[in-house]
Amino acid sequence: MKYLKFILSLLLTASVFYGLDKKFGSAPPIGKFLNPYNGIWQNETDENISGTISISGLKDQVTVHYDEQLIPHIFALNDNDLYNAQGYITAKHRLWQMEFQTYAAAGRLSEIIGEAALNFDRQQRRRGMGFGAEQALKKIKEDAETMALLKAYAEGVNSYISQLQPKDLPVEYKLLDYEPEPWTVKKTALLLMYMTKDLSGGDSDLEYTNALRMLGKERFDLLYPDFYEDIDPIIPKGTDWSFIDVPITEIPPGELPLDSIPKNLDKPNPDNGSNNWAISAQKSYSGNPILANDPHLGLNLPSIWFVMQLSTPNHNTFGATLPGALGIISGFNNYISWGETNATRDVLDWYKIEFKDETGNEYKYGDTWKTVSYRIEEIRIKGKPAYVDSVRYTHHGPVTFDKNFMGNNKLSGYAMKWSGHIGGNNQRTFLELNKGKNYDDYVNALKHYTAPAQNFVFASAQGDIAIWIQGKFPNKWKGQGKFLMDGSNPKHDWQSFIPQPYNAHIKNPERGFVSSANQHPVDESYPFYVFNDGYETYRNRVINNFFNSRDTFNIQDFKDLHNNNYNLKAAELLPYIFESIATAGLTEEELSIFNQIKKWEFNNNIDELGPSIWSSWWKHLNDLVWDEFDIENIALDRPFTYQTIHLLKTEGDNEFMDIVDTPEIETAEDLFLISFKKAAKSLIKWKTENGDYNWNAYKSTYVGHLLQGLPAFSRFNLPIGGGGNIVNATKKNHGPSWRMIVEMSSPPTALGIYPGGQSGNPGSKYYDNFIDDWAAGNYHSLNFMQSAIKTEAVMATQTLIPN
Amino acid sequence: MKLKILNFLATIVVAFIFSFFLPWWSVMLAAFITAILFSLRNAAVFLVPFLAVTAFWMAYSFLLASGNDYILAKKIAVLFPFGGSTFLLILITGIIGGLAAGVAGIFGKQCLLILNK
Repeated sequence: MKYLKFILSLLLTASVFYGLDKKFGSAPPIGKFLNPYNGIWQNETDENISGTISISGLKDQVTVHYDEQLIPHIFALNDNDLYNAQGYITAKHRLWQMEFQTYAAAGRLSEIIGEAALNFDRQQRRRGMGFGAEQALKKIKEDAETMALLKAYAEGVNSYISQLQPKDLPVEYKLLDYEPEPWTVKKTALLLMYMTKDLSGGDSDLEYTNALRMLGKERFDLLYPDFYEDIDPIIPKGTDWSFIDVPITEIPPGELPLDSIPKNLDKPNPDNGSNNWAISAQKSYSGNPILANDPHLGLNLPSIWFVMQLSTPNHNTFGATLPGALGIISGFNNYISWGETNATRDVLDWYKIEFKDETGNEYKYGDTWKTVSYRIEEIRIKGKPAYVDSVRYTHHGPVTFDKNFMGNNKLSGYAMKWSGHIGGNNQRTFLELNKGKNYDDYVNALKHYTAPAQNFVFASAQGDIAIWIQGKFPNKWKGQGKFLMDGSNPKHDWQSFIPQPYNAHIKNPERGFVSSANQHPVDESYPFYVFNDGYETYRNRVINNFFNSRDTFNIQDFKDLHNNNYNLKAAELLPYIFESIATAGLTEEELSIFNQIKKWEFNNNIDELGPSIWSSWWKHLNDLVWDEFDIENIALDRPFTYQTIHLLKTEGDNEFMDIVDTPEIETAEDLFLISFKKAAKSLIKWKTENGDYNWNAYKSTYVGHLLQGLPAFSRFNLPIGGGGNIVNATKKNHGPSWRMIVEMSSPPTALGIYPGGQSGNPGSKYYDNFIDDWAAGNYHSLNFMQSAIKTEAVMATQTLIPN
Repeated sequence: MKLKILNFLATIVVAFIFSFFLPWWSVMLAAFITAILFSLRNAAVFLVPFLAVTAFWMAYSFLLASGNDYILAKKIAVLFPFGGSTFLLILITGIIGGLAAGVAGIFGKQCLLILNK
């Protein structure tokens, strides 16, 4: 009996220990997680931002002043110390995020989340994310200077990691029960791949191939024109391109493989885009050029951006950094300011690969067979054996789709050719921009930059403004890469690249401003092949009309434009609908909704009903127009909004307007009424469930935690207007992730804000403290310190010393 | 009664000392030791270390959270289905520590009985 009790109590004790120390399913290990010694209660605090800390790899002392927004102002005596300190300070506030994003980039999320992430990881591997990072690393290694700074940054991050006690680990590590691993230069390369995928990792080639096969060329061109009838490109129409003396690649003979393709890879959010603009000294109220930038990305916590000042005796820079990358990405120094928008271009193409036999070891190329190489992707999975995937690589790139992945044909596959795999020293561009003093420095900095292609806006204290569309762009034949190509035809390969000096750009244009909003880079007169690959068609026109409307502009005008809620898309269609729709058949309830939207003046303000009605109406209308495209097991992309509206207004009785499922033949006019009734029905239903459908409630913007939007760490129902295709591009969970306005006075005066906070710790008051001001359209003035001398604005100072 | 109070206080003191250099399970070790040093009977074998560590952990976590306006505790109380109640979160934290200590107390008692045969 005594022994039985002993054994029972031993078992009980052991199982209580085990039960509280181990993770079960998605629940954290409860004893480890909740105990007050090193569980989450230890994260109930702000970061310690004072005192002296010794750090390895420093040559001299570094001073870090924090202002009241928890923005670190780093003053180092040399570049090595500066970037070491940037690594250390970034890790201090954002360690979990910076590591998590590189895990995501590398396709390693299964290691920390488990099998639920396996499909995501496989796609990342099949996309060649790790391969791309390694290619970039090879390129960076040729540049000893950049490499040394990347290593200094890594050393700084690792100094922080190595002094962490279990109680100091960020909450997310405790929640998922894992620990940080050392930072490496490759992780910076992976972070840059993460951005490359987000901004240039989408394509519609396979969808277009299906559409071309189904529709034929004439109808395809009607739906997906290379250029719309009327565009307002980044480089203004009428620009003289006669300096370009390299011809466009000639169209080769040969057929395109018109395969039926069931599914493409998951795509990055098509709304990933941005606004930027700069006005000349003449157009500025003060005579100083003014520049603005607002990158539109997923709205996440911790924010994708971390704001810093980075200073040495040789340069002094301020702006938004990407945790994991060196230097300021969107910002300014005493001489120049710069910012980016995404330069959507088709830099991802697909090639059909024909294998010699079922082993898939050789593929056809010209008259011969080439051998594939294999990249073994071992995906470790938490709590499960690893998953091993062997990915074939051709000279094009990885054979993403084959019999082992989203395909079943043993003799063929689709290989990806992507500028993200070329390898480039993109980090160097930012390091040089940080030190730039004039237009020439800016142009030289851009030369290193390959992907993701960006529209780099520029303004200098000397009075220059400019915009360059920079990336490594293949010189394609007309039509190349819009569809799946023949991987065995050498003429279908990318033949050459557009020489960098011929990338589209403009300096000090007559109109006194430069701007970009992800629209067409150029019009059809540009000598190289460009086609509409999802270009924006509304924000750009609102911005350009604004700057064309007056002679001078001030800072308030810039703020107003960032927060401009004008819905040009609705304004271009609704008046036409109102004229042609037959309202006689509407019920009283429907009629009252119809009268509500008729009163709307096309501003997506939070207290209006119009934007909600339009949003629902447009969704139903678009669904009805393109009902032909809802086909199972065939990947298709609907035509773009701009063309859809154009067709609704000019081709109202085109056969596409017909609803396939009904015996009647519908026209655009019929669709207007049917879709309105559907919209009214869904709005009435929404109202009974949620109350008044004003735009604030209906859109209900939120900023979600990076970890699958954990509600506990997210912020919901933010009162902010705007929407897709609106200059204030705030959608439900996507929008202006950083807003910056810089006037090139001496020294520059700048405003900035982002929907988050400087701290990555959900237990800090600095975790989300910018969000309310951001939603209200307010800005914080950025305290651009001109020396390391402590001022009143300094809240605390930390000194980093060599050890 | 005196023994119970002694065990209660000793468990807290030993657990507190261990907390500086050992992880959460040190409350089990603490309760195990005090169960041998201040041997109790019946339900008290479990209850006294249970109450001691529950009180200790609740006080400790309350101290940490109240100094920071419960910013994180409020969020964790949403993460767990506690409807945002930080009191419930503190209580559960205490009970978890208490439970671990309580079973370790029982185990300590059984060890003592075996050794004293």
